Amino acid sequence: MSSIAAPARRERSVPATVLAFARRHALAAYSLLFFAYLLLPIAIVIVFSFNNPTGKFNYTWQGFTWDNWRYWDGVPGIRSAIVLSLEIALIASLVATALGTMIALALVRYGFRGRGTTNILIFLPLSTPEIVLGASLLTLFLNLNVIFGFWTILIAHIMFCISFAVVTVKARLVGFDRHLEEAAMDLGANEWMTFQKVTLPLIAPAILAALLLCFAISIDDFVVTYFNSGSKVTFPLFVWGAARVGAPAQVNVIGTAIFVVALTAMLANVLIQTYRSKGAE
Amino acid sequence: MRFFHRHRGLTPYLLLAPGVAWLAVFFVVPLGFLGYQSLQTGNIDFGYAFNWAWGNYWHALRDYRAQFIRSIEYAGIATLLALLISYPVAYWIAFRGGRWKNLLLLFIVAPFFVTYLIRTLAWETILSDNGFVVNTLQYLHVLGPGGRLLATSTAVVTGITYNFLPFMALPLYVSLEQIDERMIEAAEDLYASKLQAFLRVTLPLSLPGVVAGTLLTFIPAAGDFINAQLLGGPSNHMIGNVIQSKFLELTDYPAAAAMSFILMAGILVAVAVYAWIVGTEQLTGTAV
Repeated sequence: MSSIAAPARRERSVPATVLAFARRHALAAYSLLFFAYLLLPIAIVIVFSFNNPTGKFNYTWQGFTWDNWRYWDGVPGIRSAIVLSLEIALIASLVATALGTMIALALVRYGFRGRGTTNILIFLPLSTPEIVLGASLLTLFLNLNVIFGFWTILIAHIMFCISFAVVTVKARLVGFDRHLEEAAMDLGANEWMTFQKVTLPLIAPAILAALLLCFAISIDDFVVTYFNSGSKVTFPLFVWGAARVGAPAQVNVIGTAIFVVALTAMLANVLIQTYRSKGAE
Repeated sequence: MRFFHRHRGLTPYLLLAPGVAWLAVFFVVPLGFLGYQSLQTGNIDFGYAFNWAWGNYWHALRDYRAQFIRSIEYAGIATLLALLISYPVAYWIAFRGGRWKNLLLLFIVAPFFVTYLIRTLAWETILSDNGFVVNTLQYLHVLGPGGRLLATSTAVVTGITYNFLPFMALPLYVSLEQIDERMIEAAEDLYASKLQAFLRVTLPLSLPGVVAGTLLTFIPAAGDFINAQLLGGPSNHMIGNVIQSKFLELTDYPAAAAMSFILMAGILVAVAVYAWIVGTEQLTGTAV
């Protein structure tokens, strides 16, 4: 709005107008370059999922094939790695979001002793390097003689997902109109009914967002998992192992598939938001 | 539910309990174990004994000084690059994005939708010895005929910059988006040039985003070992590589734990110093 109104307000000399025009488009052109840079590696991943490598290394383009997609699990170990990653991500995101939502509710809704400490406890895992998170859990499990595997991975994933869930749900709760709940209470609903019928539906989008975020973080995690997996192999660990001897094109196939699913979910989210804000206008 | 009515003061604690307990047991307590381990001596075969072995810390600093410095250096350069690269774009989206804002933001986070390791491997392909980047640079005589990018510090910094770029761009965008454009117009109405208006109004107002983005990029970058492993050579190894191999390959747990602590302390100090500098700058900025 203001950018359209601005030039009319003051008379500008011709060179100044040309300069302003050039400057605006220089920024747009630069941004275009930036996005090209940002998307280049993604394009490489997608393109090389159709590569037909002759040797072990999937580095240079050899020819087009559908085979990598048709035999996506044609590499030993890749299928079980994907299954494990999905299992962990599903359980970890559900548990972490439940725990995180409860913490967010307590932090936003109630005044209580220890709020500051709780906030710091939520913030610290987010500002600790992943390698320290992974290493410290490793020493815990080592010292307690815990057997590394499914459970240690799951515990670790829930741990680093909780803070993300709290932050996501809290953001929504802060901008929440409490009058709606008070109205429900005035109309005779008790606390639990109010929560079920008013609060929960209103914060449902934030809970869903937290679930998706935790799922995405969990399925992508390498560092913490690497320290606490024992002999279990998640998909990122599979990629790591494969990279040492030359990653097969199937890795690109799964990478592309994850990218497409995540992008579709996010696009749908953006479209729904745009549609809703249009309806509100 | 009666219970909750009668003990209203308890509700927040009941809500907090499971999540906070989880973080306490699997985040705080492990840090304690890490500290405990870092002061032990011994080896995996004969066991470890706790004996306040502060020597572990001095040995780590003495033997791996290069890797510590390299971690700070690479992470620092990558953070600065990410800031310079993404600031104009965040500015463009915030002020010129219009109704495409959300879609453009989606593009910014798009790299996160590709598994971290896979996008780093994609950079390995891009920077590989027969790739078009190396060929172009050789053609332009930037690189010699046998010159390469892989296994150089350039490749590692390139990878780190790319991988953590969204962490920089998003906070920048958020703080720029919140700026009231009338402030900039007011500055221009008061005869500030475009540059002056930017330096005196837009930039100071976007400083919270710069601070947040810098921290969000620097912290994970300093602890990273994946880029150095996949894109660099042994001479590019960062402290993360050392910690990783000491823990998982050499089972030298006390040394690795000591290094983890030094890394964390180093980051905390760097962050504190940085916050202090930026804080005072912000103060003088408002005073002028």
